[in-house]
Amino acid sequence: METALAVLVGIMVATGVYLMLTANLLRYLFGLVLLSNAANLAIFAAGRLTRAVPPLIPEGLPAPAEPVANALPQAMILTAIVIGFGLLAFTLALVVRCYRELGTLDANSMRLAEPPAADGEH
Amino acid sequence: MGWLLALPFLIPIVAGLLALVARGRVRLARAIGLLGCVALLLVTVGIFIVVVRHGPVAAQMGNWPAPFGITLVADRLSAAMLLVAAVVGISVAVFGLADIDRRRERLGYQGFFQLLLAGVCGSFVTGDLFNLYVWFEVMLIASFALLVLGGERLQLDGGIKYVALNLVSTLLMLTAIGLVYGLTGTLNMAALHGAMAEVQQPAAINALALLLIGAFGIKAALFPLFFWLPASYHVPPVTVTAVFAGLLTKVGVYALIRTFTLIFPADLALAHELLLAMALLTMLTGVLGAAAQYEFRRILAFHIISQIGFLVLGLALFSPLALAGCIFYMVHNIVAKTNLLLISGTARRMAGSFELAQIGGLYRASPLLAALFFIAAFSLAGFPPLSGFWAKLLLVIASLEQAAYWVVAVLLVTGALTLFSMSKIWAGAFWKPHPGDGPRPLGALGAAERVQRLAPAVFLVLVTLALGLFPQPMIAFSQAAAQELLNPAGYIEVVLAGRAH
Repeated sequence: METALAVLVGIMVATGVYLMLTANLLRYLFGLVLLSNAANLAIFAAGRLTRAVPPLIPEGLPAPAEPVANALPQAMILTAIVIGFGLLAFTLALVVRCYRELGTLDANSMRLAEPPAADGEH
Repeated sequence: MGWLLALPFLIPIVAGLLALVARGRVRLARAIGLLGCVALLLVTVGIFIVVVRHGPVAAQMGNWPAPFGITLVADRLSAAMLLVAAVVGISVAVFGLADIDRRRERLGYQGFFQLLLAGVCGSFVTGDLFNLYVWFEVMLIASFALLVLGGERLQLDGGIKYVALNLVSTLLMLTAIGLVYGLTGTLNMAALHGAMAEVQQPAAINALALLLIGAFGIKAALFPLFFWLPASYHVPPVTVTAVFAGLLTKVGVYALIRTFTLIFPADLALAHELLLAMALLTMLTGVLGAAAQYEFRRILAFHIISQIGFLVLGLALFSPLALAGCIFYMVHNIVAKTNLLLISGTARRMAGSFELAQIGGLYRASPLLAALFFIAAFSLAGFPPLSGFWAKLLLVIASLEQAAYWVVAVLLVTGALTLFSMSKIWAGAFWKPHPGDGPRPLGALGAAERVQRLAPAVFLVLVTLALGLFPQPMIAFSQAAAQELLNPAGYIEVVLAGRAH
């Protein structure tokens, strides 16, 4: 199962990087979504996939009676999802604002903050 | 002890949230922001004194013993970084009173500024890798907001590049942290020191080291990952550039230092050789990039990159003296660089532009401003007896000790080219006559604005002078801090002490 997840993460990262390398900001956003979910899946797989009961302690006992699942990676992923969602929302809003103000989604034509192009450059 | 170590991020978070709520009432928000900065300074002074007297201190959040809970820990490096962050925070906050316009303040500038400080201080004080990621995110989202606040077209253009590249760094860091956990089963930095040493998979360790160099290298603006910095640092108000220049990239360097002194084994040759090569190329490309610029802030932005190279060089050489030089350089550089950007803001206010071709005559208009620039700039270039000289001297001696003569050559060439850039600014902005009808005299600004603009610069110049004229305490402190980094037994003991009893 871990191997399948590892391959899946690899495919997602490759697709995400491919999308991010195009100059179109909307594709960059889609790549970002893929990449951040690939990171979450990688953490999930790194925490080992086991069949076990949830880490709940029965009443009256000081510790769980049998081996329990590792809840820590899931807690970390939950944190990462929330943070990733916030960043994605911000980036989406920024891209929309850029499109409205600069009239383009092509990163190569955004040269406002760059020094003026020398002759022969675009 | 726990409350004291939590205060460096609790104070700015509370102040930041209050200031965001009160953003419509500009005077109230300003008061909250300034109060937050003063309180932060006092607390960091307190932590600094405690750490210097008693060595590293740690606190377990929620009383969960390490390595199960989140640990806060301050050793000499953390304490020094916290103190410098607070000094930069209060200086830039006072300068911002004069420089940030009302519109941006109503949009929440004061709140985001405090949240940025919270992220920076949280990163310095945490002892947990995942918690470090969270503080990086706090810092990142606040910096995004500050960078594009106001929504000018120029800011959006620079902002999108900054955001796009920094998000990649974040995801690299997150992935690496997940894999560190998978490999060792812990994320507590002190526990990782022992756990990493036991891992018998050199390939996995090297891969993780490279991932983290990539992640923190983007944050720290190392060659060849620095392209977001010159694309974005000149677009926001100069107050924002000053706090970014002082603190953001340095958090990346701090994370690199922690990672490669505490977490990874000390004999990780691949990482150290890579860091050395990146450091030297960063120094050279940064300073050469600056030589090609003719805009005040862009020149300074490229110099940030160049000086990150010096810091990482200290880490890559990995000797007690080199790390001491790195820490001295860090403190000196944060103070001098922030100050130069503050001075550039005042220069622009007086002369009307950041373009060196369009300004001039500032020496005649304000000898005080010229003197402030002169001291900060020549300290940056490493002129004796200013602070940059001692920092570079430590690094040069450390390189000579390892017989790394070509490293010394790069160091000295970079220093000379830095001097060239600083002279260019001196000649362009201060010495040559103004191309128009002369800069506005300092007296034309209101009395309050004069104080708000010049007092932080004078304060930071005094710090630079103190470091330069009386370097011995700082050198001794840096050497003690470097010893702590190279022999982290004390750090680990204070974090994991709860487990033994």
